[in-house]
Amino acid sequence: MTTSAACAVKRILAKGNEAVCHGAIAAGCRFYYGYPITPQNDIPEYMAAQMPKIGGSFLQAESEVATINMMLGTASTGTRVMTSSSGPGISLMQEGLSFMVGSQLPAVIVNIARSGPGLGGIAPSQGDYFQATKVAGHGDAHLICLAPHSVQEMYSLTMLAFDLADKYRNPVMILGDAIIGQMKEPYEPTPYTSVVPEKPWALTGAAGRAARSVKSMFLKEGEIEAHNWKLLEKFRKIREEEVRFERYMIEGAKFLIVAFGTVARVAKTSIQWARSEGIPVGMLRPISLFPFPEEQVREAIEGVEKVLVAEMNTGQMVEDVQKSTPHHDKIRFFGKPCAMPTPDEILAQIRLIAGVKQ
Amino acid sequence: MKNAAGKDMFSKLVYERPKTLLDRRLHYCPGCHHGTIHKIIAETIDELGQRENTVGIAPVGCAVLLYDYMDLDILEAPHGRAPALATGIRRALPDRVVFTYQGDGDLASIGMSEIIHAANRGENITVVFVNNTTYGMTGGQMAPTTMLGQKTTTSPYGRDFRTEGYPIRMAELLAGLEGVAYSARVTVSSPAHIRKAKEAVRKGFEMQLKGMRMGLSIIEILSTCPTNWGMKPLDAQKRVLGEMADYFPLGVFKEKKQADFE
Amino acid sequence: MTKDIIMAGFGGQGILMIGNLLALAAMEEGKNVTYMPSYGVEMRGGTANCTVIVSDEEIGAPIVMKPASLVIMNGPSLERFLPNMRPGGELVINSSLVDAGRVNRTDVRLFPVAADEIARDKIGSRQMASMIALGAYVAISGVVRIETLVNCLPKVVSKKYEKLIPMNVNALKEGSALAGIHA
Repeated sequence: MTTSAACAVKRILAKGNEAVCHGAIAAGCRFYYGYPITPQNDIPEYMAAQMPKIGGSFLQAESEVATINMMLGTASTGTRVMTSSSGPGISLMQEGLSFMVGSQLPAVIVNIARSGPGLGGIAPSQGDYFQATKVAGHGDAHLICLAPHSVQEMYSLTMLAFDLADKYRNPVMILGDAIIGQMKEPYEPTPYTSVVPEKPWALTGAAGRAARSVKSMFLKEGEIEAHNWKLLEKFRKIREEEVRFERYMIEGAKFLIVAFGTVARVAKTSIQWARSEGIPVGMLRPISLFPFPEEQVREAIEGVEKVLVAEMNTGQMVEDVQKSTPHHDKIRFFGKPCAMPTPDEILAQIRLIAGVKQ
Repeated sequence: MKNAAGKDMFSKLVYERPKTLLDRRLHYCPGCHHGTIHKIIAETIDELGQRENTVGIAPVGCAVLLYDYMDLDILEAPHGRAPALATGIRRALPDRVVFTYQGDGDLASIGMSEIIHAANRGENITVVFVNNTTYGMTGGQMAPTTMLGQKTTTSPYGRDFRTEGYPIRMAELLAGLEGVAYSARVTVSSPAHIRKAKEAVRKGFEMQLKGMRMGLSIIEILSTCPTNWGMKPLDAQKRVLGEMADYFPLGVFKEKKQADFE
Repeated sequence: MTKDIIMAGFGGQGILMIGNLLALAAMEEGKNVTYMPSYGVEMRGGTANCTVIVSDEEIGAPIVMKPASLVIMNGPSLERFLPNMRPGGELVINSSLVDAGRVNRTDVRLFPVAADEIARDKIGSRQMASMIALGAYVAISGVVRIETLVNCLPKVVSKKYEKLIPMNVNALKEGSALAGIHA
């Protein structure tokens, strides 16, 4: 983060949830469908106010099931489309997400996660990590998943999400939480410069060309297997080319934190405090959760004595960290389900792995 | 007699396959109505000159292969969600003709919420609703439209209103919503009925053409499923015109006029 | 330099508005800043609070457990936040509603401001109480300049209340002058 003197673009003070909308609109998204659920209501409210002014369309769907299917319809025409929701709503979208992956349709889904399971609560949570990264509904389906940790990233990763969705013809999820959605801070609304790709698969009416179909069912002998291998190849390419992460104060670190989103944000404060106590600690922050920065995590763990994986859940990303390295003995997990850990709590964990008496 | 291209020549053209209908062998069972209904839709789209301006939505069920039979852009829907997909297409492409093709399990059971809300919003789409009182593709299970006493694989003792409720009349139910422009129930069990069905489908499509954006149109078509009913095709036609038409009366339940909006 | 502050009071006292205004002013002065409101169910209980952190460095956690400073507009908020306040910080209380005698800490810099009374008697509207408190806090802490706050006012006041901007300016200045007396 820079101060305004160094900024090329004038900074705006905005909530994370607003920055998501700004990013979507900047990326040319003019279609939003959604259904009310806390803590993401600022997003549909903002879109409801803005879309009609810029020639777009906002529709409050009758349910999240309808939402994701309206998106499926709009996406099939080659048009950029977004929704936002939280916990139970994202669960209801799983069927549609699987159809989108199978039908290779781009769309952006924002999950301002709340605590679960069930109705849970509206406290911030990272309990949807597995849901967001392991599978999209049924079948061998994956979402691309990006986890912002600042209002700036709520803006820029949303723009990126639209690009990745189009590039890979796959839905992309922004995984945030109540903290990152509700907090305000200045960000630079950098202009959107990507070129939107041609969509020679879009359904627009078969005018002067052969008719097209967008579908996820393949019944002929061997067809669905071939389709699955094709999707796998796409996911392999995503894993190869779309890994994003931040290395924070990792130079000379003997101890490593792996955390994403809000927890990574809090951990930055804890790391500053620990460094001022003389504890050499740094952080590897996954920005893309799918693809997970396996190689970078493995490499970072090689060079340190102990690793702290911190999450706002009872232990989900820690499994991906374990998968990345043979050094399971180095890993300690600190989880705080459904509440933001404080900098003091993470500092205490850092002292613990560093063997510093408290 | 053949011409230079090897095609048969007639002095007068009496029948031609609609351009919208592809020259393919249908996979439907003998006595099934899907083929006839496909043809009616294809002819209508041809006659209205909308083949290059239409996006169709294929359902889950026997008619999922719609895209193999129609020379149109077609999107495949999750079970019951076609009206939501149609909403998404219609809003992105307001000048296109959009129709859904849905069965009774699809529209009246799992997709009840989507059809009611699309209808209530007055989405300018045409819904072709094929009601054959059963789930065809999954093997003849009980549907919301299954008749009282009708035996299916999941109502083996016959549908009993005390445990399974009553067959639902969708055309009447939807006609009660402000957003619905046209609602009719027809059948294709005789040439005369086919002509009436064609008329209804045409009206349904005309409702969403330019200058007549009046809301959702639904054409419920009473249809057969001889295989799952365990009936010969001819007996199946008789059931449609007898028992079914008695409970699900044929007719037009709503027809908005342009004048209603002026 | 990093400054963090929790502002708290009843819903309707303008707590979130003064938090927003401070955050905006900090941004205008080229600083990094985060603003974190209480939200959701918590808001329904009739209390409101927000945390503002202003820094020249990258800001990590957007909330603080042990705030450096407090602006307290009602009694319950004092009970909730005072115990965790860091020693040496600025504590502005609205002494119209909060009994200064209940401040049981001697290791903080207490600034009682009769915000409600001053707002009513000198500014002309009790609604201006939180602006007076903010003016006082900013003058004491020097976290931003009063002029910057004044310049930012039009951006946080909705069109509907535009005509009240001069009154808000007076309130900020009044609060800041009061702090001058204390200093």
